Amino acid sequence: MKLAKTLLASAVLATGLGGVALAQDDTVTIGVSVPAATHGWTGGVNYFAQQAIERLGATYPNVEYVFASSPDSPKQIADIEDMVSTRGIDALVILPGDPDAMTSAIKQVKDAGKFVTVVDRQLSIDGVENLYVAGDNPGLGANSAEYFKEAMPDGGNIVILRGLPIPIDQQRFDAFMAGIEGSNITVLDDEFANWNRDDGFKVMQDFLTRFPDIKGVWAQDDDIALGAIEAIRQAGRESEMFIVGGAGMQQMLQRVQAGDALVPVDVSYSPAMIATAIELTTSHFTGGIQVAGRYILDSTLITQDNVEGFLDAESPF
Amino acid sequence: MSVSAPEIAPKARTGLKLDLKTVGPLVALALLVLLGIGLNENFLSYNNLTNVLARSSFIGIIAIGATFVITSGGLDLSVGSMAAVIAGVMIMVMNWLIPTFGIGWGVILAGMAAGILLGGVAGVGNGLMITRGRIEAFIVTLGTMGIFRSLVTFLADGGTLSLNFQVADVYRPVYYDGLLGIPYPILVFALVAIGGEIVMRRTAFGRHCAAIGSNEQVARYSSINVDNVRLITYILQGVLVAVAVLLYVPRLGSASSTTGVLWELEAIAAVIIGGTTLKGGYGRVWGTVVGVIILGLIGNILNLQSFISPYLNGAFQGVIIILAVLLQRPRRAS
Repeated sequence: MKLAKTLLASAVLATGLGGVALAQDDTVTIGVSVPAATHGWTGGVNYFAQQAIERLGATYPNVEYVFASSPDSPKQIADIEDMVSTRGIDALVILPGDPDAMTSAIKQVKDAGKFVTVVDRQLSIDGVENLYVAGDNPGLGANSAEYFKEAMPDGGNIVILRGLPIPIDQQRFDAFMAGIEGSNITVLDDEFANWNRDDGFKVMQDFLTRFPDIKGVWAQDDDIALGAIEAIRQAGRESEMFIVGGAGMQQMLQRVQAGDALVPVDVSYSPAMIATAIELTTSHFTGGIQVAGRYILDSTLITQDNVEGFLDAESPF
Repeated sequence: MSVSAPEIAPKARTGLKLDLKTVGPLVALALLVLLGIGLNENFLSYNNLTNVLARSSFIGIIAIGATFVITSGGLDLSVGSMAAVIAGVMIMVMNWLIPTFGIGWGVILAGMAAGILLGGVAGVGNGLMITRGRIEAFIVTLGTMGIFRSLVTFLADGGTLSLNFQVADVYRPVYYDGLLGIPYPILVFALVAIGGEIVMRRTAFGRHCAAIGSNEQVARYSSINVDNVRLITYILQGVLVAVAVLLYVPRLGSASSTTGVLWELEAIAAVIIGGTTLKGGYGRVWGTVVGVIILGLIGNILNLQSFISPYLNGAFQGVIIILAVLLQRPRRAS
């Protein structure tokens, strides 16, 4: 699979570059390293990365891209080491699968004098990367909380389906809890649904058994939300509650667009942030402009009014 | 190894010891049910029990296949990934056939046939590599586990394969409806379990599985066709995985690379909790059913309470699994 993707990427590169001499002095090589597609969101990351490489490769013939998709940290470390030693990259754009495990390896790339762009996940040492591009995790929680307060002015009972016990989940959760503080919204319980449809289904079934009165569900992720929706449909309780997911999966956005009362809104946390990162890093070399710093993409509330701008029929996510 | 050891074991069997060993999983199940009743008054409600049983039925059907594989001294680690790839291919086949067959049961039956066929072929592949290729079952199925998991990720392009919504609506009742108030997944699980129990206890094939798992050489000298019996256990496993998938697809109407993750471990855990020995030679289908229900109830109980932090869910599950096996461990001569 990885081989197929690599071959595909190389084929894309070969056509995109149209036989540009690789040894040319003004050629810039940018390495792009992402975790392998293990769920919808990382699938989106892989798709948007390859799409950006294809597009930018055609626009800038003197920029070459090396793409790697790695199933775990040791493999991802090996991949970036190969990029430095054998491909001679000038810049690295990396979405670290596990930032703690990857930090020192990424620092070595930086120490070797390469431009480093870190995407989505904060490294455990500050100041390693030149450019940091990420979605707004606390913002995802806070914006969701804002919507709950607006949709439930008199308060009521809600349940929360969380992701995995990792820092991103905690940031979203803490910001959400802080956001609803002072309102009459009561959180009946929260459980991990592991960013997975099957678990979303199971956990929601059990919440429905336990609580006869649920007005709202915060699912924190669209895959979980889709599982939870099936459980709510099975129980015939669609009209009693609404559900807010997160990330902006096409299936959920289509429901928002159709005005589904069960899915009134979604909150963006798009895997396309990898494309933003590749684009900005490329500009550092081609545009002669300063791009170093922090670039945080808004976790926008997607409603029926602005959903148009987030729909992409080609996206696998 | 002492030659007399195997002879001593059966002689030392007394009524009490046999009971403890057999009743172990049932005691664990009873304790869990009591815990559930204590935690939530809705625990015994019809809806909760059918929910838990229906969603456990996938693992259950797969675990019954695993009981035969493990009893005959084998192992299949590929079942979770196999389930995902069968689900993915079924969805693609159904979506692809819509223009030919139109929306309706024709498409769904064709998808089901494709699923069963693929399960059987996957089982034949695993079985042939193990029996004719003489490769360790652990290695073969570890390899196919990776192959199937990558295939489903590749087919879905890293995302999710979704069944056409109209077809999904027709197919949906297969998971959500039932006969006389019992959901179909539970009925199918029950039928597979009864069939499995009969095959294990009453047929030559069942006895051959136990004989091979107990001592392959002796089985060979007793003119049992060891390779063919083994091969059949893997085919049976593949077909049962496909049967589970036939019930799984209508639930969410989708498959992705997270479908069926760790199902192989859940199935193996259920088989072991139920009293089948991991090194083979002794299998108990009804025990596997109890094991599956225990695992299903643990997840359910964890969701029905707020005392145990969700961070400790895994620890709680681990303790229950170890306790269940401890309860049915044969007593050493004291």
